[in-house]
Amino acid sequence: MNDTIRDVVFVDGVRTPFGKAGKLFEDTRADDLIIRAIRTLLRRNPALPPERVDEVALAATTQIGDQGLTLGRTAALLAGLPRSVPGYSIDRMCAGAMTAVTSVSSAIASRQYDIAIAGGVESMSNHPMGEGVDPNPRIVAERLVDPDALQMGYTAENLHDLYPHLTRERADAYAVRTQQRYAEAVDKLTPDITTMAARSDEGWTIAGADELPRPGTSMEGLANLRTPFRPHGRVTAGTSSPNTDGATACLLADAETAAELGLPVAMKMVGFAFAGVDPETMGVGPIPSTEKALARAGLSIDDIGLFEINEAFAIQVLAFLDHFKIADDDPRVNPWGGAIAMGHPLASSGVRLMTQLAREFVEHPEVRYGITTMCVGLGQGGTVIWENPNFKGAK
Amino acid sequence: MYATPLDLPDFDEEVVTEAHVRFFEPRGLGGKAALITLDNGYDHTKPSSFGPGGLKNLWRALDEVDAAEDVKLVAVTGKPFIFLAGADIKLMPSLESREQGLMLAQAGHALYKRLKDSAVPTFAFINGVALGGGFELALHCHYRTVSTSAAGLGLPEVSIGLIPGWGGSQILPNLIGVEKAAQVIVGNPLNQNKMLKGKDLVPLGIADAEFEPADFLEESLDWAVRVATGAIVVERPEVDREVWPQVIAGARKLVDEKVHNASAAAVRALDLLELARHASFEEGSLAEDEALADLEAGPQFQASIYAFNLVRALGKRPEGAPSPGLAKDVRKIGVVGAGLMAGQIALMFARRLEVPVVMTDLDAQRAEKGLAYVRAEIDKLEAKGRTSKLKAAKLRALVSASADKSVYADCDLVIEAVFEELSVKQAVFAEVESIVSEEALLVTNTSGLSITAMASQLKHPERLVGMHFFNPVAVMPLVEIIATDSTDPATLATAYAVAKKLKKTAVGSADRPAFIVNRLLGRMLAEVTGVVDAGTPIEVADVALDELGLPMRPFALLELVGLQVCWHLCQHLNEDLGPRFPASANLKRLAEADFPVFDAAAKGKGQLTAEAKALIELGNQPSSAEEVKQRVLRGLAEEVKLMLDEGVVPSPKQVDLAMIMGAGFPFWLGGLTPYLDRVGVSTEVSGAPFGSVA
Repeated sequence: MNDTIRDVVFVDGVRTPFGKAGKLFEDTRADDLIIRAIRTLLRRNPALPPERVDEVALAATTQIGDQGLTLGRTAALLAGLPRSVPGYSIDRMCAGAMTAVTSVSSAIASRQYDIAIAGGVESMSNHPMGEGVDPNPRIVAERLVDPDALQMGYTAENLHDLYPHLTRERADAYAVRTQQRYAEAVDKLTPDITTMAARSDEGWTIAGADELPRPGTSMEGLANLRTPFRPHGRVTAGTSSPNTDGATACLLADAETAAELGLPVAMKMVGFAFAGVDPETMGVGPIPSTEKALARAGLSIDDIGLFEINEAFAIQVLAFLDHFKIADDDPRVNPWGGAIAMGHPLASSGVRLMTQLAREFVEHPEVRYGITTMCVGLGQGGTVIWENPNFKGAK
Repeated sequence: MYATPLDLPDFDEEVVTEAHVRFFEPRGLGGKAALITLDNGYDHTKPSSFGPGGLKNLWRALDEVDAAEDVKLVAVTGKPFIFLAGADIKLMPSLESREQGLMLAQAGHALYKRLKDSAVPTFAFINGVALGGGFELALHCHYRTVSTSAAGLGLPEVSIGLIPGWGGSQILPNLIGVEKAAQVIVGNPLNQNKMLKGKDLVPLGIADAEFEPADFLEESLDWAVRVATGAIVVERPEVDREVWPQVIAGARKLVDEKVHNASAAAVRALDLLELARHASFEEGSLAEDEALADLEAGPQFQASIYAFNLVRALGKRPEGAPSPGLAKDVRKIGVVGAGLMAGQIALMFARRLEVPVVMTDLDAQRAEKGLAYVRAEIDKLEAKGRTSKLKAAKLRALVSASADKSVYADCDLVIEAVFEELSVKQAVFAEVESIVSEEALLVTNTSGLSITAMASQLKHPERLVGMHFFNPVAVMPLVEIIATDSTDPATLATAYAVAKKLKKTAVGSADRPAFIVNRLLGRMLAEVTGVVDAGTPIEVADVALDELGLPMRPFALLELVGLQVCWHLCQHLNEDLGPRFPASANLKRLAEADFPVFDAAAKGKGQLTAEAKALIELGNQPSSAEEVKQRVLRGLAEEVKLMLDEGVVPSPKQVDLAMIMGAGFPFWLGGLTPYLDRVGVSTEVSGAPFGSVA
């Protein structure tokens, strides 16, 4: 029996344009979004015989209606993959697609799969956060979790309370910068954004770009925004990721299989970790998950040359940077902009971070390692460490 | 001055199709794309179509596109599953004059010409149903993509007595060559109105690219951008103009053979195709306008619309059918007999109802043989890909055969397909009635025996009903449903419900000899054999009805049905209905001949062998072809009138529907009675027209 662990590589990732909830994709089915992403992924990688795919793991936070019916299986069938290819659905709220990646990667590393598709979708138009939830009454009765923890905006305000030196002004400045970075890098993001047809009462359109970014965002503009989560609070729509519709998909493979088929290697997985934190301050989740992942990989934060951190809220990114003593405007962090600009279709965002990191690696042969990390509702963080195959330095 | 859509008067009943325009900037185009969506606001069960309002909307949409700056590509598509189903057929009968028809034709041309003459490249993204004027809209675009799952594509105008008059007859032959164009424009409509599928268009050269439905629009746009920017160069083979005269001549011959040039629309369509060889587009358009206006004002189109509506409305909701809610569940079916007809019936029930079907015959050997036939047919269906492996396995599991009639015990419906002899059928039902429950339906497939006589010997006559299928049962779309005076509403409702599940058009008939179709075909053959007996040469009698364009000449019909069966029918009708159906001595001799009567080399053409011809004895009173025609038409008019008087059917509509679906009588005759009215025979025979078409 061969019980050695294999190298897992990230071959390629794509996503649909991200739409503003209630707008562009309001009348578009969530499964159609992810089907388009999967088909684009397969079309971009003609060297991959589709029947070689061993698993299709797809994430959605609300797994009902067009996001239900074992989405991983139904979307695979509807995308035209051979019937012999299996699939399943997966949920870790915002880290759904990230968990899809880590789950199938574990199976690839341990020789159960050779090739897998992972991804996620969220139509927040049709499945807003909290749709159909039924919280256990013990949460209140036994004061297990502050009910505030169920509303992400409240948890962001809690972080401002916890770290008073991370002010609204710093959060606003962060948001302005991420909008700028997105605007400057949009042409580099575009190759990984597929087109998506969207129907409405005004007929069909075919979207090829994100709907949400506000390139002209200024400090003055942000300063005037109200704070919806708390009277005289600090978190605004300008420093939060908006409700978003979109889907992502990526291809993961065992390194030798990728070589055999001639599939490109965009990143090599080093390791990953998930960690739990107080649900009331879920935004700090990436801190322990990153520490855990680094420790297990035998690396330190100084080894990381690029960070893709999901911007659920600006304050949550600032808390992470503060912890690791990284400057708010460090160019290594979300260099091409983040979720505050482009949006955060919950369960799909993990793969968006990875696709973006893979592209950034190409431009940074001096960087050996990067991470993708995100906070998760109800108090979790997830981190995946990746190695840059373009690295030209001394190992 | 030619009309544009803006000149057209509004049509109150139009379900107006909107033409939404969206502008966006696709990557790599270097400018804007204008995407026009045709959508009438309903789901796919109400396809978008064009009346004056719809034409105006697209006209204005194109104005909007013209007014926009930096547009590099214009594309037209439809709502899900529907591109555009063509001109609104409901509108046509409301055209009050030839002038109005001409204006509508011109307006369509003026509109579509804008897509053809556009300086900006135009594209049709054919996502689904594209018929007639919808298909022609696509033809005017510079380029076409099609979804591989699209269905319902083509130019069916000729089937309803029109021609493709919004450019189809001129553009298509110049795009794909006249041979394929003649097939699409004339051949397919005359071949049970065959439609094209999405996957047919690229091989035919009609579409330039095909994409799968999952991301059809996205991939179509991507392709269109590459065409517009020159990254893809669309190459189409040169059309061969030398073959033109030869192809047109061949097509004319085919139309002559098939419908004896009785279809004015087919003839006119071929004229237009001929013209398309050298005519300028403008010249061709003018000819289309005139042809369309002529045909719209003509009787064949009126009759076609009547027939079209009959099939669509009466065919779906049969008159005289009790409330469907009364129908009983049918969860197991028995077929008495395991012969050819029984096997076909068993397979049809198994395929459509997907319930167990048991056949029985006199002994195990015959039962086995019948079952082997059904299994072989299932194998064929599977081999041809008509059923999946799983469905084939299911069918094999559903159909069984036995020599023991006790297998009928838990059947909800038992249908007999045994020898056409009253005593035999009575004996069968007596035996079956002793086995089945009191509620089980008993169904006879008799083609003309008295069902009342069969009922008279039953303990529970209320559950007996006739369902007369036509041969071959899987193909022929008609079933005549016959209730006796004792048939109860639940039984009758069940028969109609079963017919619907079998996807048959059901027409109710009273329990009168030969019901509807066979009685009228019988009368027609009786008149033809009658004139032959009297002295008219077969060659004259056989072609006398050509101008009706019936699917078969009388002797070809005799060959298809079989002389023995015809003679059998002839005798029955003679006994039951009297001397209107004379027992033709020539027919008897042919039926009893012990050598081949029809020339095998000309199979299907009803040509007698020399030996058979020698049997014919001609009288000394020959008729001309015209006299034969008049005699047959008068005979048919008389028979229809008698059938109405006897209450065989409540109105001429049922006669027409039955003749269209059961005997393939053409749409352009409106079945039968509109034609009899038009040529004046109805009034001549019974003093008044049947009056089905106002």
